[in-house]
Amino acid sequence: MNTIHNRQVINDVLVEKAKTDKDIVVLCSDSRGSASLSEYAKVHPDQFVETGIAEQNIVSIAAGLAACGKKCFVASPACFLSTRSMEQAKVDVAYSNTNVKLIGISGGVSYGALGMTHHSTNDIATLGSIPNMRIYFPSDRHQTKALMENLLQDNRPAYIRVGRNPVEDIYSEDNTPFVMDKATLVHEGSDITIIAAGEMVLPAQQAAFSLESRGIKCRVLDMYCIKPLDTQAVLKAAEETKAIIVIEEHVAIGGLGSMVSQFVCANHPTKVISLCLPDEPVIAGKSPEVFAYYGLTADNLVKTALELLG
Amino acid sequence: MENLKARTFEIRQDILDTIVNCKAGHIGGDFSVTDILATLYFKQMNIDPQNPRDPNRDRMILSKGHSVEALYSVLANRGFFPRADLKTVSAYCSKYIGHPTNKVAGIEMNSGSLGHGLSVSVGMALAAKMDKASYRVYVVIGDGELAEGSVWEGMMAGAHYKLDNLCAVVDRNGLQISGTTEDVMSHENLDERWASFGWHVIHAVGNDTDSLDAAFETAKTVKGMPTVIIADTIKGYGVSFMENSVPWHHKVPSADEYIKATAELSARRSAAL
Repeated sequence: MNTIHNRQVINDVLVEKAKTDKDIVVLCSDSRGSASLSEYAKVHPDQFVETGIAEQNIVSIAAGLAACGKKCFVASPACFLSTRSMEQAKVDVAYSNTNVKLIGISGGVSYGALGMTHHSTNDIATLGSIPNMRIYFPSDRHQTKALMENLLQDNRPAYIRVGRNPVEDIYSEDNTPFVMDKATLVHEGSDITIIAAGEMVLPAQQAAFSLESRGIKCRVLDMYCIKPLDTQAVLKAAEETKAIIVIEEHVAIGGLGSMVSQFVCANHPTKVISLCLPDEPVIAGKSPEVFAYYGLTADNLVKTALELLG
Repeated sequence: MENLKARTFEIRQDILDTIVNCKAGHIGGDFSVTDILATLYFKQMNIDPQNPRDPNRDRMILSKGHSVEALYSVLANRGFFPRADLKTVSAYCSKYIGHPTNKVAGIEMNSGSLGHGLSVSVGMALAAKMDKASYRVYVVIGDGELAEGSVWEGMMAGAHYKLDNLCAVVDRNGLQISGTTEDVMSHENLDERWASFGWHVIHAVGNDTDSLDAAFETAKTVKGMPTVIIADTIKGYGVSFMENSVPWHHKVPSADEYIKATAELSARRSAAL
């Protein structure tokens, strides 16, 4: 059972890299604790900026810092970052093309029973629709580390969503296949494809194992790079397998499922089913309970796959 | 030093020509902010038009981005790009679009949506402090823009981080698109508001380059806190029939009005000489 959550890994990478790279700046909006960045703030006080609870301000300040050569990482709850500061993300980050990485913590329904104010089930739709904004949903801690190390190498805007709770490992210390902006093949298969991102990769992987025991070969793609979408991998899945199931911790409109459907429809029409959250406030519950209620589970993936394959 | 006051009327003529040429623009705010920008770019800021990305340059953010014709005209007159380029403002596929863009030499950030510039400038001033660099950061805000809540977030942060390398200027012309600022959303006790947020407040005659120059000099001496210059301006300054007139927020002059405005600007330039 892994107990290290993805946000902890982000802290660890930044604490380490900031020792030698004095241009790294982390910004928090009274969120250093919930972002697991208290250690960073303590180790690198001169490369840390606190803005208080002001999500518009934090994004603009980061853009100003970045315009003067800083590599900025803004860590704030995904629910606020993706909506309250959406215009700052659009104008000061994406449009001005500043080196700001927006890290949406406690993404999706991580905050469970706290209600729709605290859910970010529309962040692909809001931030992903902004030109020049990339969207990443890393699945486990190993992939989060690889993604962070890659993002430190470029100077372009990006939004990264991580959940609040530890996620079971998909990869391992010595086996984390990662190519920037290319989906990771988690499970090979030629009958059907599941495309997942973030916390949904685990049930996708579990479903593939379950289907395997029934003689069905299920391909699982970890589409951590939601934008730019790895369209090559999607096209191959459409060409080589009979159907695609997308599972996502996001609403249907403007999510990964709609992006995959749009591409498949235009390039190689194949049945695409999207398992996602509804167009209404979700029920109260811990995120696994919310996932179960709406069918974002390995069992429902298996059931859906069996129905699709007749 | 050349006669800057006379120059401001030449810049206004460029603004007028640009707006008449592209049939769009915000002439009232352009004319109220011209002297502020001219004082910054011709007298105050450490900038080199030949090296616009010099890391040690002073920075200026035009938060009231709709006054872009004034910014383009000042930058062209200062030598950042040829004045002939002003003929392409807002033209098909031109890089000189209707709000500031960092694709143009001398412009730091894209703006146009109000309420962003102060926070961006706070980030720039923080970067200077982190790097122990000596450059100063300026941000020009419209008075109507002060209704945007994000301005006040930036105000808090500027004072919190004691950014004495940051100087904001409020173009206090008292008008906005729907009427007077006091009717639309009042800013009574504006000085006290800024002061209570921890800013040093200076007043300047906002259409007088000498008054502005003196205010910017004073701002440089203020330590441990950011400074705001409340620049009392006249919207449409320089052309009598545009002054203090709400419709001239973004009206395009007719052929007749163009001739009259040109004559007035020319007369004002001569008087300044």
